[in-house]
Amino acid sequence: MCGIVGLFLKDKALEPQLGALLTDMLITMTDRGPDSAGIAIYSDFSEGTGKLTIQSDDPESDFPGLDSQLSEALNAEVSIRVIDTHAVVETAHEKTAQARSVLTALRPGLRVMSAGESIEIFKEVGLPKNVADRFEVTKMSGSHGIGHTRMATESAVTTEGAHPFSTGPDQCLVHNGSLSNHNSLRRKLVREGVQIESLNDTEVGAAYLTWKMQNGASLGEALTSSLEDLDGFFTFVVGTKDGFGVVRDPIACKPAVMAETDQYVAFGSEYRALVNLPGIEDAKVWEPEPATVYFWNH
Amino acid sequence: MQTYDLEANGLRGLNETLHAQSETTNQTAWEVVNPKGSHAIAVGLDAPIEVTVKGSTGYYCAGMNQQATIRVEGSAGPGVAENMMSGTVIIDGDASQYAGATGHGGLLVIKGNASSRCGISMKGIDIVVHGNIGHMSAFMAQAGNLVVCGDAGDALGDSLYEARLFVRGSVKSLGADCIEKEMRPEHFEILKDLLDRADADAKPEEFKRYGSARQLYNFDVDNAAAY
Repeated sequence: MCGIVGLFLKDKALEPQLGALLTDMLITMTDRGPDSAGIAIYSDFSEGTGKLTIQSDDPESDFPGLDSQLSEALNAEVSIRVIDTHAVVETAHEKTAQARSVLTALRPGLRVMSAGESIEIFKEVGLPKNVADRFEVTKMSGSHGIGHTRMATESAVTTEGAHPFSTGPDQCLVHNGSLSNHNSLRRKLVREGVQIESLNDTEVGAAYLTWKMQNGASLGEALTSSLEDLDGFFTFVVGTKDGFGVVRDPIACKPAVMAETDQYVAFGSEYRALVNLPGIEDAKVWEPEPATVYFWNH
Repeated sequence: MQTYDLEANGLRGLNETLHAQSETTNQTAWEVVNPKGSHAIAVGLDAPIEVTVKGSTGYYCAGMNQQATIRVEGSAGPGVAENMMSGTVIIDGDASQYAGATGHGGLLVIKGNASSRCGISMKGIDIVVHGNIGHMSAFMAQAGNLVVCGDAGDALGDSLYEARLFVRGSVKSLGADCIEKEMRPEHFEILKDLLDRADADAKPEEFKRYGSARQLYNFDVDNAAAY
């Protein structure tokens, strides 16, 4: 069991409240996944700036001075915003790939949670409320976001086992269920040159979608082919820089509820997660069909 | 009318209060406000009372019901009226997966759509769905009637025993050992009664009946692929 929440805003006026709304939804899903929690937020971005979200088990020694060292190595401006165990590194977009390798060379213990122009991922072990408090998610704004509460099945309860997973620029995936062919698929993707960090099944699902999109598929096409190539139980919610998608496996035993109004599209593992959204009483509420791809774009 | 605020007073208090009603209670009408998708609302009731839930519910609403009439003025999460014994459960909106699963008796009415596995392993319950039902509905259904005014999804009635399935719309596919059967006079009567009781605007003549071909009851090596 795990809990998923997602919110894709159509109404810009709600953007300052995105973090607060998602936090409330996430905490409601605590009893579906009390061991870890995470959130991916798609926030404002400026053209030409790239973002990396990094995580350290020892932030007190890893983060201080990192900005100047990184700036020197890249010969570019770098800003770092530290939030608890995570930090968001911003630099010129064309420098982000280089920044990623420099960062791991400078601080071998660092993990890169996400890379892109808009995405920021924050995830840790602990109760969803504690995780949301640590990262002050209620204060975050953005155009769309996805959250996950984890009850681990396929891999250890660790920060890197928590969701969301990001395996491509501005892409992320959260998952409720378990994949049974993740080991063989991981070997295949690694042979194709895809970088996979953990032994977690969901990361393989995310890497699969990234690989498909690198080879020319749209997100919708990648999700459709996942129905053929992934074996197991899944309800997936995915995010891209300007989009938000949902797909369930053909058996569809993992729960899912969606709601749509003029202001937003929302996803919850259960209706409980949606009850405090503005205007939910008059929203169109439905259960997404099995083996059907749903997708919204800005 | 007794009103219970679920958000203010909690789930355990609600079910304890409803369980405390005897067959001769004078408090026969109950209203539950602020359900907010909570689980296990009005579960295990055993008294001739009427409970109206003012909003949508989460998992297992009205499970194991006996005698009571429970109405949900919203949609219901997974497992609504699971293992119902008697009484009536009415869902004004949609019902999620395995609605009415393993039910032994009573009537479950879903005014919207029901999703997958509706009536799985039903054992005597009557279920009337005004809309459509999802895949694997009435899997291993043993007794009772499932009436669908809309369409049915894949694998309807897979490994069916003696439940009767009536579908007005299309059936995406039939499950193993489920076949279309003739509508005899007694079936029109059963259907007319259920449609009336479920307030469904449909005529018995518009339905087709499906039932078990009874080929999987005993092991037969020629059927090995179908098990």
